[in-house]
Amino acid sequence: MNFHLTKEQALFEQMIRSFAEKEVKPLAAEVDEQERFPEETVAKMARVGLLGIPVPSELGGAGGNNVMYAQAVEELSVACATTGVIVSAHTSLCIAPILESGTPEQKKKYIPRLASGEWLGAFGLTEPNAGTDASAQQTTAVEDGDNFIINGSKIFITNAEYAHVYIIFAMTDKSQGVKGITAFIIEKGTPGFSFGKKEKKMGIRGSATSELIFENCVIPRENMLGKVGKGFGIAMKTLDGGRIGIAAQALGIAQGALNETVKYIKERKQFGKPLSAFQNTQFQIADMQTRISAARMLVRSAAFKKDQGEKFSADAAMAKLYAAEVAMEVASKAIQLHGGYGYTREYPVERMLRDAKITEIYEGTSEVQKMVIAANLLK
Amino acid sequence: MNIVVCIKQVPDTTEIKINPATGTLIRDGVPSIINPDDKAGLELALRMKDLHDAHVTVITMGPPQADNALREALAMGVDDAIHLTDRKFAGADTLATSHALAGALRNLTFDLIITGRQAIDGDTAQVGPQIAEHLDIAQVSYLRKLDYDGKRTFTIERSIEDGYEILETEAPCLVTVLSDAFQARYMTVKGIMEAYAKEVKVWGFNEIEVKEEDLGLKGSPTKVHKAFSRGVKAAGELYELDTDEAVGTIISKLKEKFII
Repeated sequence: MNFHLTKEQALFEQMIRSFAEKEVKPLAAEVDEQERFPEETVAKMARVGLLGIPVPSELGGAGGNNVMYAQAVEELSVACATTGVIVSAHTSLCIAPILESGTPEQKKKYIPRLASGEWLGAFGLTEPNAGTDASAQQTTAVEDGDNFIINGSKIFITNAEYAHVYIIFAMTDKSQGVKGITAFIIEKGTPGFSFGKKEKKMGIRGSATSELIFENCVIPRENMLGKVGKGFGIAMKTLDGGRIGIAAQALGIAQGALNETVKYIKERKQFGKPLSAFQNTQFQIADMQTRISAARMLVRSAAFKKDQGEKFSADAAMAKLYAAEVAMEVASKAIQLHGGYGYTREYPVERMLRDAKITEIYEGTSEVQKMVIAANLLK
Repeated sequence: MNIVVCIKQVPDTTEIKINPATGTLIRDGVPSIINPDDKAGLELALRMKDLHDAHVTVITMGPPQADNALREALAMGVDDAIHLTDRKFAGADTLATSHALAGALRNLTFDLIITGRQAIDGDTAQVGPQIAEHLDIAQVSYLRKLDYDGKRTFTIERSIEDGYEILETEAPCLVTVLSDAFQARYMTVKGIMEAYAKEVKVWGFNEIEVKEEDLGLKGSPTKVHKAFSRGVKAAGELYELDTDEAVGTIISKLKEKFII
């Protein structure tokens, strides 16, 4: 048993903290307020290799691992949860399924450009009538010689029009149910592929979230990911990995809220002494820190198991379930300790609570995580 | 072109707290960093690598944990790293340190040696110039800009109190660099993954050309008369605003700190 980071991970922690503090944090309030996608940050992240952390170096990645990827999403989210989810969706939801299920040609074509950050990735499973019940896909893909013709729409798609490559799921055979779902790699600019409504959200407001629309969109067979009818399995496996990223994002939000709180309570004076001198305040931050540390253990252990090639599905579900709860609780307590100031946009903790809520919903709601965890116990 | 950058691992003095009872520095738990002026020196060297395909070697003298600073430099993109460490080097002042570093540099081929202006834990600004003297090469201190003609000649802007001088010199030479002249790049993730796979050469007394009496405590004429701490101030925030905005900003900052 060893709870220490490796030398590489420790050096990476030093780098990512400095990057998040200097490059990401100064923009966090602005991208939230203006609902602006931080393209300049994405370019900076690309330069230092943050968009291809767990990608093998022979495919143009950094040759890192999933623990480092979780460290990155956490530290970015300490500063700005929008930036955290950009990296998470790109890495876990687009790069990972191509790495796991792609042909050598698909890997060669897409991975180096995604890992270098030249292209950003996205993932489209959710539809207006297929949320938690992802098997109820209405988007169709009809075989036509060497092509598939795709029709339908996907909603709430992270990275939206800023992405270049999309992993899209569609029904190739409705009669087969989940065994009739197939995955495709679709590039921006393909005729028949357009963007619909941009969502106005409660939190992670700098993250671009849009509808994707497919109207007689012709996709060559070589862009099919995996085999016909194997799409649902690819989606579920992808989301297992994605949950590590979102758990790390939630953890980062919680840590960010605690950091702000510790700073504030040392400065703010009431009744002639700083808030930090009151025992109630001390007990609150002690609880916050304890839960954050527990969440970090779950996140790191899920990422570590994935790196070892072990089963990690339930671990990732527990990490996401718990870290999301901790993010909500800690951000809420952080506002309480800030008092009225915490409720204003002068301080970042109100943003953190708004950002935290989505971690209980996307990439599987908390209820779905419990289903995964229970199913693992009862099998 | 071959460049050697001399760096020092120092405690991050912005994180250091003073023990109010004794007035001494509390070093426990204070992170170690590459000295900021030296980090700017690394950046200058890496820019020369990008522009002129220079080969960059980094060297440090220090205890075993100084290895971290070398790994960070490797992760930023330097080619080779040398760690000078030996009990005979312990207790060195600036003169003994510069003798050891010069001894190591005699083993290397170089066109340019870069050091930081001064270290944040000692603030002497002596080691760079002393190395140049030991090696009998030209030196330009307080460099803020460097141009290289691709052959032998460097054109250098050197900061002075109320402006700058432009100097020209030939390789080999030594320059000392100011931290705000070159914003250091980040380590890359790939660089970090490779940093520990690379070899750091570890050299002791036997590997370098230097007289034993010039090293360590024996070679250190400096006697510390008294150590005291200056008042520590947090790093300020700098705003460039017009008057109206500036007034608003000041008021909101004062409110934020509950001063008004």
